[in-house]
Amino acid sequence: MKSFFRMSYPYILWIGIFIVAPMIMILLYAFSVPGNSVLTFQFTLDNFTKFFGDPTFMRVLFTSLRIAFLTTVFCILIGYPAALFISNLSEKRQTMMVLLLTLPMWINMLLKTYAWRGILMNFDLESEVKVFIGMVYDFLPYMIIQIHTSISKMDRELLTAAYDLGANKWKTFLKVTLPLSVPGIISGITLVFLPAVSSFVIPKLLGGGDYVLIGNLIEIYFLNAGDWNFGSAISLIMALIIIASMWATKKLDRNADKD
Amino acid sequence: MKKNKFWSFFTNGYLILVLLFIYLPIAYVVLFSFNESKSLTNFSGFSLQWYVNMFQDRTMLDSIYYTVLVAVIATVVSTIVGTVAAIGLSKARPIVKNVVLEVNNLPVMNPDIVTAIGLMLLFISTKVSLSLTTLILSHITFCIPYVILTVMPKLRQLDDNVAEAALDLGANPWQALTKVILPQIYPAILSGALIAFSMSFDDFVISFFTAGVGINNISMYVYSMKRYNPSVNALSTLIVVVVTLILILVNVIPSIKERKNKHQKEDY
Repeated sequence: MKSFFRMSYPYILWIGIFIVAPMIMILLYAFSVPGNSVLTFQFTLDNFTKFFGDPTFMRVLFTSLRIAFLTTVFCILIGYPAALFISNLSEKRQTMMVLLLTLPMWINMLLKTYAWRGILMNFDLESEVKVFIGMVYDFLPYMIIQIHTSISKMDRELLTAAYDLGANKWKTFLKVTLPLSVPGIISGITLVFLPAVSSFVIPKLLGGGDYVLIGNLIEIYFLNAGDWNFGSAISLIMALIIIASMWATKKLDRNADKD
Repeated sequence: MKKNKFWSFFTNGYLILVLLFIYLPIAYVVLFSFNESKSLTNFSGFSLQWYVNMFQDRTMLDSIYYTVLVAVIATVVSTIVGTVAAIGLSKARPIVKNVVLEVNNLPVMNPDIVTAIGLMLLFISTKVSLSLTTLILSHITFCIPYVILTVMPKLRQLDDNVAEAALDLGANPWQALTKVILPQIYPAILSGALIAFSMSFDDFVISFFTAGVGINNISMYVYSMKRYNPSVNALSTLIVVVVTLILILVNVIPSIKERKNKHQKEDY
């Protein structure tokens, strides 16, 4: 049986070349002087000081974080009641609802966003509002499914017990259902906040040219400006922010468990 | 829990509103794909002209061709490599397994744009010019992790003793693999393949950074369009129909099989 382990050798080679090496490339480019090749590596922090020293870049970063945060909050506000109501339906209807929510997730995101572009052309809205609608639309199903999964894993007897002990509906929700669904909210947040921060398709298609998020900035520096070093530095900063926020959310989850 | 009428009316109404929101753009593209005029606000009459246009639009047809070609190759390769790797990893020492799985998770956890520029930098700095091949290699790279993540949990449920028994009874490792292990995990392999196909089919960001000049998939075609083109509505409608059919098949076939199995068991 041990010899089966050898079957994973090709893939270990593959991830070395196509997953690990690219990450090292980003690091090397982010910390080196523009214009030189990777072979003549010259260490510098210029790319980072350039980013943090420029108010324009900081504004883009702030806008990205704000819209991703708002999107996440609204996905929870709209998605939580939906997930809760779905879990109260009969088994058959629950399966149906989950299927109906999953179906649009399989359809190309570009095409759905393009459809919103057509719909929103009929309304005179600010760029940010359009981008916000597009983002909430795109990520809402993920949030609902995650929360629904965690609620439906819950032992229903707990609710009966709470009622028997004299808790009313509202109190039962606050003290039993809500705390037990926190893991679902957390995984929902990671599925919404993470892609929302780095999104560059939705702002480009719905926000028009003047609405720039950090993802668009990376695209501009890679494809238009050809400054891969600065582009790598921006994506490294973005990745670090995402890792930090995921770490913070997980920490939040552990604290919630302790209570 | 007593349900009063008003409450259930409210909750059902809420769910219907959510569904309406989620299906609004889909209904919109289906409706306007049959529109007679180019207008996006007025439905002036029924016509199939956008479907006809679609089949005459060379660039759009090319983008469909590339999307399907890349998705098929990426699915086949990533399903085979991913399944083989998962079986191998399930027999690896825990430390090796954990490290590989952590690295395997990187493309799943990383924002697409980070994976994309990483691959682009890799190709360019090793003097590999971007082409259809680099596009396919990139797709295989981000598809394999999903196959492994789908197949791995199923392998964990397997009883190791069964494969051991087969080996003790004189089966060679190849037979143990194909006659014992694979038949038990094939549903997971199939769903891994389905996820891989859909990830590849829908990808934009990674393709955008790793494809050669002139090679556009559907997403890239839509992204690069300058003016609103109603033929895209026709294409979206076709995709909606295909996705719906596949999802119905995937969800209905297992339940039919289950019913059949039940009948067979009753017959015995």
